[in-house]
Order: sequence, then C-alpha cells, then structure tokens
Amino acid sequence: MELLYAIMLGVLTSCGVYLLLRARTFTVILGLTLLSHAVNLYLFASGRLVAGAPAIVGLSERSADPLPQALVLTAIVIGFAMTAFVVVLALKAAVELRNDHVDGENPDEDRA
Amino acid sequence: MPLALIILLPLTGACLPALMRGRSSRLLASVSALPAIFTLLLLLSWLPHVMGGGEAEVQRLSWLPSLGLDVAFRLDGLGLLFALLITGIGCLILLYARYYFEGKDTSARFFTLVLLFMAAMLGIVLSENLLFLLVFWELTSLVSFLLIGYHTHDHAARLGARMSLVITGGGGLALLGGVVLLGQAAGSYELSTVLAAGDRIRTHEHYGLMLNLILLGAFTKSAQFPFHLWLPHAMTAPTPVSAYLHSATMVKAGLFLVARLHPALGDTSLWFHLVTLTGMMTLMLGAFVAMFMHDMKGLLAYSTVSHLGLVMLLLGLGTPMAVAAALFHLLCHALFKAPLFMMAGYVDRATGTRDMRKINGMWRFMPALMGLSAISAAAMAGLPLMSGYLSKKMLFGESLQVTAPDWAVVVIPLWVTLAGLFSVAYSIRIFHNVFFNGRPIDLPIWPPASPRAAALSPIALLAFATLLVGLAPEAFYAGLIHPAFAAARQAMVTPFDFTTLGGRVPMLMSLFALAGGALFYHWRDPLFRLHARLPEVDAKEIFDWLMRSAIALSQRRVFQLENGSLQRYLTFIMATVVVLVGLELGDVTRWHGGAALAPIDPLTLLAAVLLCLAAIGVVAFHHYRLPALLLLGVTGLFVTVTFARFSAPDLALTQLMVEVMAVVIMMLALSFLPQTSPRGSTGFRMGRDLAIAVLMGVGVAAFSFAILTRPHRTISDFFLANSVPGGGGTNVVNVILVDFRGFDTLGEITVLGIAALAVFAFTRDLHLKERVVETNPMHWVAEPHPIMLSTVARLVLPIALLVSAYIFLRGHNLPGGGFIAGLITAVALTLQYMAGGLVWAQSRMLTAFRPLIGAGVLIATATGLGSWLFGFPFLTSAHGHLHLPLVGEFELATAMLFDLGVYATVVGSTLLILANLGKLMTVAGPGKEIG
Repeated sequence: MELLYAIMLGVLTSCGVYLLLRARTFTVILGLTLLSHAVNLYLFASGRLVAGAPAIVGLSERSADPLPQALVLTAIVIGFAMTAFVVVLALKAAVELRNDHVDGENPDEDRA
Repeated sequence: MPLALIILLPLTGACLPALMRGRSSRLLASVSALPAIFTLLLLLSWLPHVMGGGEAEVQRLSWLPSLGLDVAFRLDGLGLLFALLITGIGCLILLYARYYFEGKDTSARFFTLVLLFMAAMLGIVLSENLLFLLVFWELTSLVSFLLIGYHTHDHAARLGARMSLVITGGGGLALLGGVVLLGQAAGSYELSTVLAAGDRIRTHEHYGLMLNLILLGAFTKSAQFPFHLWLPHAMTAPTPVSAYLHSATMVKAGLFLVARLHPALGDTSLWFHLVTLTGMMTLMLGAFVAMFMHDMKGLLAYSTVSHLGLVMLLLGLGTPMAVAAALFHLLCHALFKAPLFMMAGYVDRATGTRDMRKINGMWRFMPALMGLSAISAAAMAGLPLMSGYLSKKMLFGESLQVTAPDWAVVVIPLWVTLAGLFSVAYSIRIFHNVFFNGRPIDLPIWPPASPRAAALSPIALLAFATLLVGLAPEAFYAGLIHPAFAAARQAMVTPFDFTTLGGRVPMLMSLFALAGGALFYHWRDPLFRLHARLPEVDAKEIFDWLMRSAIALSQRRVFQLENGSLQRYLTFIMATVVVLVGLELGDVTRWHGGAALAPIDPLTLLAAVLLCLAAIGVVAFHHYRLPALLLLGVTGLFVTVTFARFSAPDLALTQLMVEVMAVVIMMLALSFLPQTSPRGSTGFRMGRDLAIAVLMGVGVAAFSFAILTRPHRTISDFFLANSVPGGGGTNVVNVILVDFRGFDTLGEITVLGIAALAVFAFTRDLHLKERVVETNPMHWVAEPHPIMLSTVARLVLPIALLVSAYIFLRGHNLPGGGFIAGLITAVALTLQYMAGGLVWAQSRMLTAFRPLIGAGVLIATATGLGSWLFGFPFLTSAHGHLHLPLVGEFELATAMLFDLGVYATVVGSTLLILANLGKLMTVAGPGKEIG
C-alpha cells in the first residue's frame, strides 16, 4: 500500500511540475492544482496510512494521527483561496496584456 | 564622563541644521558650532589625564555579549590627538563655512553632513571595538560621498563622488575581511586584546592576507598610490569640505588605522615593504604631479597625497622615532594645509576661477590673505623656524637611521630629499603664482574683492598655531605627540630629542631641498613645456575603463540568467531543486525503512490507478482546456476518496467541497480565456521539462516511500489524550483546529479573507470587453439557466443549509466543523447562482460578503480575547454541559463560537470570490461591485 501511495504521489508531482513549466497561464493553474494535491497528500501521509480509524475519541481502538489532518485541512482551504487568486491574476493579465502567456508577451511560445 | 557623549553630541547636533533649512549660513554655522565646541571642551578636559601619562580610558556597555560585541570606547593619547584635530579643525571649518556660504541659498545640508562626519570620524578614533570602528569607517565614506557630490547638478561632482565611493567603499570591504581575520587571530575584536596580542598575530598563518586586506582599507582611505586617484577628483566638493575631509581629517583615517594597529601588525619585513614602499611611491608621485597642476585645489590635492605618503612612509620605517615623526608631521600638515585650502576657496570665490595661469598678483587685492598664507606656505615648504621645517628634518633624520635592507639605506634618504625638493617647488608655486607673478589675466570676476577681515579669522588662527608649533615644538610634542606616540607603540618610549635635529646631514639635506626647490621653480617655464610633451597617462581613464568593463560584464551575466521569462526562471528553479535534492537523496542507502507494508486491496488499487490516469490525462489533454479541467476535477475526487480511505473524514469532506468550488471557478475563468492552448513548445523543451518533471516525481515517490516505511513518532498522543478533558470534543481534528492550535487557525482564516478581498479588488475594474480575441468563438450553453436545474436548486437549498448547520454543530465531536459547514453553505448558494443566474440570485440574497468576512475574523478574535476577561491566556477555551428542554443535554464550548467565526469567514470569502468572478461573465459587463 505504501508503495502504491508513493507512486501516486510521484505521478501527481510529475504531472503537476510538467504543467507548471508550460507557457500558458491556464495550464500553469492546472499544474499548480495537481501539485497542491500532491503536497496535501504527502503532508497527510506523514501521519502514516491508517485505515478505518478516524481521529475521533472513543470510536475505535487506535486512531489516525490528527495533527497532519488538521494542518492539511486548513491547507486545502487556503490552497483553494490561492487558486482563486491566481485565476484572477491570470484573467487580469490576459485582459491587460491581451494574451495568456506567462511571460506576458506573445512569443513564439518559448523564449528560453 | 561618558566617552559616548563625545560622539553623540555632534551626531544629535547634526539634526539641528537639518531642521533649519533655508536659514542664513550665519545662523546655521552658529547652531552647528554649539555641539562642536562642547565636544572640543569635553576633549580638552581629558588632556591633563592623557598628558600626565594616564592609562587608556576604556568604557564599555554590554550589548550583544553572546557575540562578544560591546559598545566600547577608548580614549588614549593617539585617539585624543586625532579627536582634537577633528573637532578643533572642525570648529574652524564651521566658522569658515559661515563666510564661504554667505549669500548662497541652501547650506543646511552642508552643516548637517559636516557634523555627521565629525561624529563618524570621532567614532573611528575613539572605538575600542574594531567592528564599531568599521561601522564608523563606512559612515565616513558615505558622508564623504554625499559631500563630494554636494553640487548634485554638477556632472563632474557626481562622477567624483562615485569614484571616491567605489574606491574607499571597496577598501572598506577589504578592511572588513582583514578585521575579521584579525579578530579571529587575536581572539577578540577589542583593541585592548588585539594590541596586546601582537606576537600571536604576527605568527598567525593568515598574517599576510590579514595585513594586505587591512592595509588595502587604509591605503584607499588615505589616497595612497595607486588608489590616490579619487582624492584629486574629490575636489569638486565645496572648499570647506576639501579643507576638512580631504586634507585635515578623513584622509588621515587610514594613517590613524596604520598607527593604531602598529603594535599588533607592525615591524615585520612585510609591513616595512608594503607600508614604506607605498608611502614612497605616493610621496614622490604626489609631489611631482602637484608641481605641474594649474588648478589651485588640484595642486593642493596632490600635495596632500604626497604628504599622506610621507606619513605612511614614516609609519612603515620601523626606526625608533619614526612614528613620533609621523604623528608630528600629521599635526603640522593639518595645521598648514587646511588654511591653504581656505585661501584657495576665497580666491576662487573672489576671482571665479582656480586656474593659476590666470590668477596672478592677488597681493594687490588681498594683502591680509597673502600675509597669512605666506606662513602656511612657508610651513609646507619647510622654511626654517616653521613647523614644517622641523617635521621635514625629523623625516630626513629618520631616513638616515634605516639600517636594513641594503637598498633602503641609500635609496630612502635620496628619495625623501628629492621629494622634499618638489614640495618646496610646489609650495613656492602656489604662493607665488597666486599672489605675485605679474598681473591677473582674464579673470571671470573683476575686480576681485578681498574677503572681510572677520572671514580670515579661521585662517589666522591656524596660521598662528603653525607659528606656535614652529616656535615651541617641545611643548606641543610633550603635550600632544608624545602621549600619542606612546599609545601608538603601546610601550614606554623615550621622548623625541629635538636637539638631535641640529645634525649636519639632515641640515644639508634640508638646505639642498630648499635650494633645489627654489631653482626648480625658477626654471619652471621650460619644465612646464617639457612636462606638456610627456605622454599623458590619465589614471582616470583606466579607472573608467575598469568600471565600464565591470558593469558590462555583470550586465551580460545578468541578462544571460535573467531574460524576463518567468517560464525560464521556473524551469531553472525546478531544475535546481532536482539537482540539489537529488544530490542529497543520492546518499540514501536504504529506501525501505523496515516497517511492514500494508496489503493492497483491489478497490484501492483501482482508485489509485484511476487517479493516476486522470492526472496523466490532464497532461495529455492540456491543450484542450475543458476536457483537461474535467479530468482535473476527477483527480480531485479521487484525492477525496484517498482521504476517506485513510481515516480522514474531515479532509475528505473539505476536499470534496473545495473541489466543487475550484472547478466552478476555473470553469468561469475558462469561459473567458482561450479554449485551447497553442502547441508552441519545441520538442527539445518538452523533453527537457518532461525529464525535470519525471525526475521530480521519482524523487517525491522515493522519499515518500522512505518516510512511509519508517517508524512513526508523533506528538499527537497529547492531543488525543487531552481532546475530551481539555477541549470538550471527541473530534480531535476539529479540537486541534479551534482549540489547541486556534491561533494558527485565526491566522489562516485571516489569510483566506485577505485572498478573497484581493480577488474582489482585482475584479473590480476588470473589463472583459478587452478580452483576448477568440479566433474560434464557442457557444457554451444554449440555455443559460435550464429549468430543471433551477427548480431542483431551489429545493436543495434549505436541505443543504440544514445539513450545513448539522455538520457545524456536530463538528466538535464528529467529522465536520466550521470549515466544512462553511464550504457546504457556499456550495449550496453557488448552486443558486448557477441555476438562476447572477441577477436572479442576487436579488434574493444578502450579498454583504465583505462584512461577513470581517465579522467572522472579529468573532474568532473576540472569542480569543474573551478569555482575557477571565484571566486566561489568549484563546483559552471553556466548555460545559447545558441542559435545554426538548433538545436534552449537550456540550457547549467557547470553541464553537470560534468555529462560528471560521464558518462566517469561509462563507464570506468563498462567495465573494465566486460572485465577483461570475459578475465578470454577465453580458452587461462589470456592473456594480458585489459584496
């Protein structure tokens, strides 16, 4: 299970990073979202993978680690707010620069 | 009496003229003189102590004891000599500036800067801690920069200021390195320790480097060859500045440092060679060039360079009395050079030019100035009975005392005699050319007016002092120089015996220099012609070329790295992460940490595979944005499932709601952005990015696996044990959020609110009409608000709100809470927007989202503050059992009030974002703001 989880994180990270390196703002936002999924899952997993034992007192014998869960919960909500903010930034850039390239000028795609 | 006061007086006094901008120079000078005179009196009160051979006074104030950094001041003979020069001449400069700036518009800046400079300079000579000394050292460089560039509109002044800053600032950096090495070698930055650790320092392995760096600092500051360049170019400063900083005081800071650190670093062969040779070069170069300068201030500047070289030479010589001679000459030089600069300033103002080929015969117009300048010029030339005569003979006497190395025994006496000859020649020249030598030629201002009698007072005082030193050298030596000499050697020293000056050889050398200098001046015309034919080597050109190349080089490097493409930067950052983390991970030998692996069940495997496929699908279809976005939503749903699978119901609920909202928002944005991404990346680029991404993924997977299989240690046992007794709730995640880590949550909802407000601010004046032109317009929906959806949505709303209230109330004990309930409410209301349209929804809804955010943060904060009322720390929670009829007994915690704040903030923020983004899409355009 741990191996599967790790591979899943790897795939999410790879996809996120690849999209992050693309040239269009919308794609970058997609990548950012995938990457934040990976980060949240990773943080969450630092409490190890426990099945069927939510961190509720008296529900079961053992209990999953509640601390990473609390951290990730706020991370998800703030991550959402940040995504919204980046979306608006992208819109604003697209309006003012009249293109949606991350570098702000319409290029022949790459400039590196 | 605290020594710090000596520095603080001018430092705080510098504010006075700054507060009186635009007032007359007379008033400003009087105000500025107050702190300066007080400082002088304070220093004079120390004179008996120091003259009596008293111990060095060290006062310290503990500041950062862990770093060994104390605010410490030290006053001994050497410091006092310099401090008296700085304040004494400073007072006279203030007096001089009162007349120099008379009738000029703004001089407040000058007086402020001069007082600031005085404080910085006093800081250098009175610091006990070398690090403090460095700070003041840099301060003098900065103030000097501002003063050289005083005429900010003058291009030459700005260039000169920049040059001096580059050279002295660069030297300051070298000095910093040297001082750090010195402090490490000595074990302390305190002078008392450093000066006593000479033997250890001289045998230290880094002695050579340390000495070179420190001397580099001193040489640049004191305008030694080849760094002398900045001093002549600093002459664009107003003349009071030249007289004060660039002849009498600041340029002596380097000499002070060399004299100060002499016991710690001096008297080695390396020291002798570096200091003496540099001094010799500077002495000769300055004297030679000065002779051929036509600019009055230029001549004086090069002569200053030459005298600085002379003192440096003496400091390096290592003969028993050389340091005494150096200090004596330093005093004499300050006394005769400052009035010559003042004279040049007055002549410049009266005639409108500084060119000595035009200024001639001034004795007719300024007889009094001529008489006073005669004394100073004679002292500079070293005429008998003058102070300069004595110091020059001391120099000649010391040069004959040199016994090793062999070349020096012969070369140094000849060298200094020749330099003496030049100095006689230029001294005669500045005096004779200005005041005699026929009549003036084409003066811009005619007739030249003599400065007022009162204006001559600073010159007169200094000339008088020069005479006194010449007539009673023993008294000055005993009072000022000998204590300084003793302090500079850090040893008992025998006083200088002035009767030895009668020796035959020094007398002959001196006579030869005088006669030779006079003859040289007499034959100046053919010599000038000869000099004019010499190839012109302008060091400024070399300096400029160096600066230009350095700037061009760094610009090229910067542009290579930083071409303005964010895409490129991000690639660099990611690649750096891959390389650096990869190097670290390379050391891991055992990836499997040893913990037993949990078995994989088929359903989980299926979900994981689907999640991966969806993520890969996003990448594969990212050119077609709508499908990519839908696949992104699928990924998010499987992330939700993952949370649920591994015992995190709160996270699953949150993720689900957020996923819905995020996809809705991105969908809104997409309706406005192009629907496809062009395929523009080159194959190379895609390959490179793919490699980075895959490496990154492999790295993440590998270390995640390593972590997951290692034993788990957590601090959560505390939370699990105390959740019920301490927080009054069984849902530990929620109790952590609202109670144990409530302060974090308060910060997080504040961030959330700020992000929402930022979205609001950005969308407020976003005009969609200027959107990117869609080449292939796509019609999204035929029916904007399908009837089925709007009917169902209306039914769903009350149910959803009820669910959200339930989730909120039970959150403390079962999965739920403010975050999740807030998101559910937001999703339910979002549905109304989508189903009925913005206008429809808005007319039926309270839209005060910004007040809602504010109220949420305030409720949460007030709950925290409330605990103060009962004498508990911020955000202490209280809980108890309540019994209500019908409902029964239930638990009520103040944390619930806090959670209410969270709830309000989440609802307000989410809807503020959504409504304002939605507003952009309405046909009517932006309309009035929502929220």
